[in-house]
Amino acid sequence: MKANVWYGKEQLRVEEVPDPRILNPRDAIIRITSTAICGSDLHIYGGYIPGMLAGDIIGHEFMGEVVEVGPGVHNLKVGDRVVNPFPIACGGCFFCQQNQFSLCENSNPNAWAAEKLWGHSPAGLFGYSHLLGGYAGGQAQYARIPFADVGPIKVPDSLSDEQVLFLSDVFPTGYMAAEQCNIQPGDTVAVWGCGPVGLFSIKSALLLGAERVIAIDRFPERLHKALEAGAEALNYEQVDVLEVLADMTGGRGPDACIDAVGMEGHSHGLMGVYDRVMQSLMLESDRPPSLRQALKACRNGGTVSIPAVYGGFDDKIPFGSIVNRALTLKSGQTHVQRYLKPLLELIEQGRIDPSFIVTHTLPLEQAPEGYKMFRDKNDACVKVVLKPWAEPPILNSVQGTGQDEPQDGQAGKPHLH
Amino acid sequence: MATPPSQTGTQAGFGQRPERRGPASSETSPQSRTAHRHYPSRKQTPNFDATSLAQGLGWFSIALGAAAVLAPRALGSLTGVGRESGGLMRSTGVRELATGVGILSRRNAAPWLWARVVGDVVDLAVLATGLRAENPAQGRVAVSFGAVAGVLALDAFAASHLTRHAGHPLVSGVAAPTDLYFEASIATAKTPDECYRFWRSIENLPRFMGNLESVQALDERRFHWVAKGTVAPAFEWDCEITEDRPGAALAWRTLDGAQVPNAGSVIFEPAPHGRGTIVRLSIHYSPVGGRLTAALAKLLRQDPQSQVREDLRRFKQLLESGEIATTQGQPTGRRTLIGRAARRWRLTSSH
Repeated sequence: MKANVWYGKEQLRVEEVPDPRILNPRDAIIRITSTAICGSDLHIYGGYIPGMLAGDIIGHEFMGEVVEVGPGVHNLKVGDRVVNPFPIACGGCFFCQQNQFSLCENSNPNAWAAEKLWGHSPAGLFGYSHLLGGYAGGQAQYARIPFADVGPIKVPDSLSDEQVLFLSDVFPTGYMAAEQCNIQPGDTVAVWGCGPVGLFSIKSALLLGAERVIAIDRFPERLHKALEAGAEALNYEQVDVLEVLADMTGGRGPDACIDAVGMEGHSHGLMGVYDRVMQSLMLESDRPPSLRQALKACRNGGTVSIPAVYGGFDDKIPFGSIVNRALTLKSGQTHVQRYLKPLLELIEQGRIDPSFIVTHTLPLEQAPEGYKMFRDKNDACVKVVLKPWAEPPILNSVQGTGQDEPQDGQAGKPHLH
Repeated sequence: MATPPSQTGTQAGFGQRPERRGPASSETSPQSRTAHRHYPSRKQTPNFDATSLAQGLGWFSIALGAAAVLAPRALGSLTGVGRESGGLMRSTGVRELATGVGILSRRNAAPWLWARVVGDVVDLAVLATGLRAENPAQGRVAVSFGAVAGVLALDAFAASHLTRHAGHPLVSGVAAPTDLYFEASIATAKTPDECYRFWRSIENLPRFMGNLESVQALDERRFHWVAKGTVAPAFEWDCEITEDRPGAALAWRTLDGAQVPNAGSVIFEPAPHGRGTIVRLSIHYSPVGGRLTAALAKLLRQDPQSQVREDLRRFKQLLESGEIATTQGQPTGRRTLIGRAARRWRLTSSH
């Protein structure tokens, strides 16, 4: 089969690799019809994720058709159309029993390595380093799904791939980020980063009853999408975010803050330089300006929810803000399995159409170009969907120019009714 | 700005945790309490706190060593060894400092206490040469001799005590130096009884014990084990169950004449409030091939400590999910030499 293989920093090659096969009784094999590049894949692309080995197949947002099931899988059959969650979870351990699937104790074969770095090991993930299991990812034509009786959800044919694909990660991730904010009527929620997770956080916060959502980014096309999603937008290159947020909330600060930026954040001034130097000297694993700002901006006693990926050890986190102002910190890899059914229902009811984030569709062969474009935010790129079975050249590129309505009538419209 | 619909019904979130199962009372069975009492922490030794004595001896070592290094002449004159023996005093001081640091910094102080015992004997021999009648400092040397003999007694007592009590109390009658004692524990969601039954079905053992090739029952209590031997050559042995408490604990040891005597025990301790079981496994044995092999084994994660831990992990996986998570056999791109080596030695993937 063809797969997108990581060979080092900014080195991706789509090449022939062996087909996956059933290795355990509860495995299934799916033929992938759509897969996407996640913002967190960009950290792998940039060489920031420890525990990657040359030759790893990457990608963790994917869906497709079941082509083989192991003898231990009874709820799926060949031909089922499924979306697959990015964490791998056994369903039987302490955490799975509490619906905390991304903390599964039995799915990471390299748990010992994760324990060395983080203290304890979370669940294994698809295509996200050997620290998290070293599982082959889904930017490929086929994938092996361990514990297939717990993870994948069947989706109706009436919905397009683009409408359900993001159940695999970014939609539930944005949703969980908002849910963790414990939103009360009248609440103002600020969201740092208007990539796919930020955009779904905005929509989810509104769905969960937020009075007002304020989105922070610097790319006009992303701020435009945030506006369409129902948020107010701040360009942090043009305004002093802390000042404006305080002003917008009568000096109190937002009730909840969501950091959807992560380890490669940008910032200006001395701290920006500091982070870049520290990160390149490997004295700091992440660049966390958005997290610092969210902690400072949040109102006393408020919640800071962190769906963004941070990998290791970060500097100059204003911990005094957390302690002295009684902030609540919420984070974690998304417990996707928990959200699949209810969020699929929201899609079926037409209350949200996740396809609004898609700006580009490429054949799998063009994954390396897709990564570069997404990383550099070229061509107003917000989300790239890859089609593993399409032949190059480009199938169809939905152009998002930032200011104009996207040409594709389905994408771009506010879909919250 | 869109105002959200109010009928979402999702305010409480989908993330509500289900009610935790388990008995309302956190009372544990008498059996479980017994099991718990049989599990001492390493620092609690019965009857006598040898650890404190060892700590005291460690600090004494450092103080004496510092004095010998910083003021060798004064100490030489005080002990009667003589002001001119500066070199001897300094080297003795360095030795004292080393053993002191060793005792205080290592979890297992016993080898360092034995080093002190040897050092004391050497000191006594040196002092004995000064006990001649013509030595003007004979009196002082005699006092020093007495003092060192007293310290020797304390050192020997602490060392032998720590050595004797370092093992697991369930594993009795097997001579096991402390550095060959390994233990690990893991929490599972299953009941102690389920854990016990899975473990007691001896044919399950090779499924989760990484280095075990097979186990055959000779009779009710005696078994023939065959090890895989990844670093060391394969070997086999007969062992017998020495303790069998259904739903609570199991212990076993090799029969006389085994090539590598070893013993082990596993305790199934009920976790609080019906949260399953804490499984505690301890093993005594000598890695074949001595210290160099042991160091190599550790590097390759084939050392007993890592193995005991991974064995328990696999036990838990089999019990809770029915299989052992793996990536062996999945597709990859071309691996570099390092990548292939990492996989070969299971640095990236178990089993």
